[in-house]
Amino acid sequence: MANKTLSGAEVIIECLKREGVDTIFGYPGGSAIPMFDAILDSNIKVVLTRHEQGATHMADGYARQTGKVGVALVTSGPGATNTFTGIYTALMDSSPIVVLAAQTTTPNLGKDAFQECDTSGMTFAAVKHSYLVKNSNDLPRIMKEAFHIARSGRPGPVLIDLPKDVTAGPCTAPFTDKMDLPGYKIPTHAPIQAVEKAAEFLKKSKKPLLLVGHGAMISGASRQVRELAEKLNAPVCCTMLGLGAFPTDHELSLGMLGMHGTVYANKAVLDCDLIFSIGSRWDDRITGKLDVFCKDAVKMHLDIDPAEEGKVLQPDVFLCGDAKLVLEQLLPMVNKLDTADWVKTCQSWKKKFPLTYPKQGGLRMQHVIATASKLTGGKAIVTTDVGQHQMWVAQFFDINYPRQLHSSGGAGTMGFGFPAAIGASFGNETGWPVLSFSGDGGFQMTEAELATAAIHKLPIKIFVMDNKYLGMVRQWQELFYEHRYSSVDMQGNPDFVKLAEAYGIPGLRIKRAADAERVIQKALEYKDGPILIHCECEKEDNVFPMIPAGAPITSMIVEQPKAQLEKPTGST
Amino acid sequence: MIDKAHSISLLVANRPGVLVRIALVFSRRGYNIDSLVVSPTLDPNFSRMNIIAHGNPEILMQIIKQLEKLVDVVQAKDHTDTNAVEKELALIKVRCSPDQRTEVLQLCDHFKAHTVDMTEKSMIIQITGSSDKVDNLKSLLQKFEIVEYIRTGKVIMLRGEDKT
Repeated sequence: MANKTLSGAEVIIECLKREGVDTIFGYPGGSAIPMFDAILDSNIKVVLTRHEQGATHMADGYARQTGKVGVALVTSGPGATNTFTGIYTALMDSSPIVVLAAQTTTPNLGKDAFQECDTSGMTFAAVKHSYLVKNSNDLPRIMKEAFHIARSGRPGPVLIDLPKDVTAGPCTAPFTDKMDLPGYKIPTHAPIQAVEKAAEFLKKSKKPLLLVGHGAMISGASRQVRELAEKLNAPVCCTMLGLGAFPTDHELSLGMLGMHGTVYANKAVLDCDLIFSIGSRWDDRITGKLDVFCKDAVKMHLDIDPAEEGKVLQPDVFLCGDAKLVLEQLLPMVNKLDTADWVKTCQSWKKKFPLTYPKQGGLRMQHVIATASKLTGGKAIVTTDVGQHQMWVAQFFDINYPRQLHSSGGAGTMGFGFPAAIGASFGNETGWPVLSFSGDGGFQMTEAELATAAIHKLPIKIFVMDNKYLGMVRQWQELFYEHRYSSVDMQGNPDFVKLAEAYGIPGLRIKRAADAERVIQKALEYKDGPILIHCECEKEDNVFPMIPAGAPITSMIVEQPKAQLEKPTGST
Repeated sequence: MIDKAHSISLLVANRPGVLVRIALVFSRRGYNIDSLVVSPTLDPNFSRMNIIAHGNPEILMQIIKQLEKLVDVVQAKDHTDTNAVEKELALIKVRCSPDQRTEVLQLCDHFKAHTVDMTEKSMIIQITGSSDKVDNLKSLLQKFEIVEYIRTGKVIMLRGEDKT
């Protein structure tokens, strides 16, 4: 067998091994059979999911947990189209995944053959890059390039469209490290003049504020962010995806800013004389009404993506580069600032306006989340779905470590949280439990993956936060649309405990606040695989603080308003 | 800000799909491409693309950055108001009887345009030059009947020894 010619599929699998891939998430189909066949002879673990969307979210969750590239392998046609939500989710949050999508044979392309789909054509707008492979001998180079592009610079999804004759046919090209990417640039250090200018601005600042985003996390710049904050004595706020890049329990931390951020973080944004974004992209969730956002403050922007410069707002200085490397450039140029009063003011806001929630009424999601945080000592990997529970996890779970919280930020993809927890669980080397928080709406979008969690006996604590409503939409309809509830009632929800049991997963139930601690403790002590906790929560509860979409930060609502509010002007 | 025409020059990898990726950066914002010229460079691994697009200058700046970010784009530059040669070619088919020919040919002569086809009843005129020049000839020819008309779109090259 020494000189056996490898098939395209065998070369793909060998390339995966060479890239250090040990686990992939997939779902087979006709065109994908050569690849699923070749993988049998490798030591790569294939996690058979229940839907291709689940596979891509798992690859994404695995990537967010490990910092490595997550891989999904699917068949052509509907197999490929089912991955689009996951691909777009990864793009919006700069998550490195490679999607291997099988395709009909090359002579069949464009002929509406069975399960043919213009996969690369349909995904152009949702990928960082993509390939349609028409020659098996291109495979070694393309696989090399795909992983390089996915993980480097601003990471993102790469799709490889793989016709069946390309994977089944022979590949005689040697494995290679050579890439042919003349247009692909990866910024590293920022121009020294820009760094000097940033240092000058910092020197003059009396009320600086660091704004830490996902870019800081991806770059692995947590230590440098902390050093900078402590050296300057500057308060720090985080975007939702930035949570953990700077510890929330640090005395300089103001937690999350923005639409559902803390009062103190948003007050600091209003009052600072300099805001320094480290790997955040001034998303509309954090700026609110843009033309009054930090109107008189100096704005500094560090981002690895040159196209972020001026995309949302024009900064006074743009530092294009890798957060870790650029902060290392900046650190020796700055000294402690005269910020004692400013820090004191921020800390007084923290005392005066703490995050709270009502204790009366039925079970509060906030209470479940805060209890889980307390019982794990904040030492848990946490994933969320999208909606009210997501904001409450960001508010009430102590996130103090990088890559501890995985949530669909940019895309706001319902159905992300649970499969992401499965992916994260495969990559979890912390020894901490994985806590998956979903609402009753989002959970039902990808709940079939209960089977995947059960088969692999993954130690996931699956919290279903059931208020029998699409809570966030209901909140908007209550506050801005005169209580006119339209298509938010989740009538027909199953008994989630019974649902779990049908998959062989034990289920627990929390109905009253008084039971939360006991039940969650029981769930945490369960060691034999996944366990589901069905939390039957207060039906009508609202997330505060809240800045209505498109409104200035000064319009922040901190408690249930007495009167009907104007319809928001901003998007979603 | 007034919307004006921008001349964008791109150096791209000569591969399938590049054009779609580039077009999507414009169409995502509902922007239209007025004209587009693509041809391989001296090195056949690369192509040069010249795009003319109208729009808000700030948004076009952002579009250029997003073009530059595409993996297959080596370089994206705005050549509006720079020292570049910008030319295009047009073919104009005019219906004209033998007794109208002299006047049409006089116009062609003035614009240094050529006739590239002539029949009893029609003529095709080829004109090269700046977009204004092409516009002017076309408007003067309108007194005759223009049967059809096509332009190549602008090609752009930086003056002097520097590369575009």
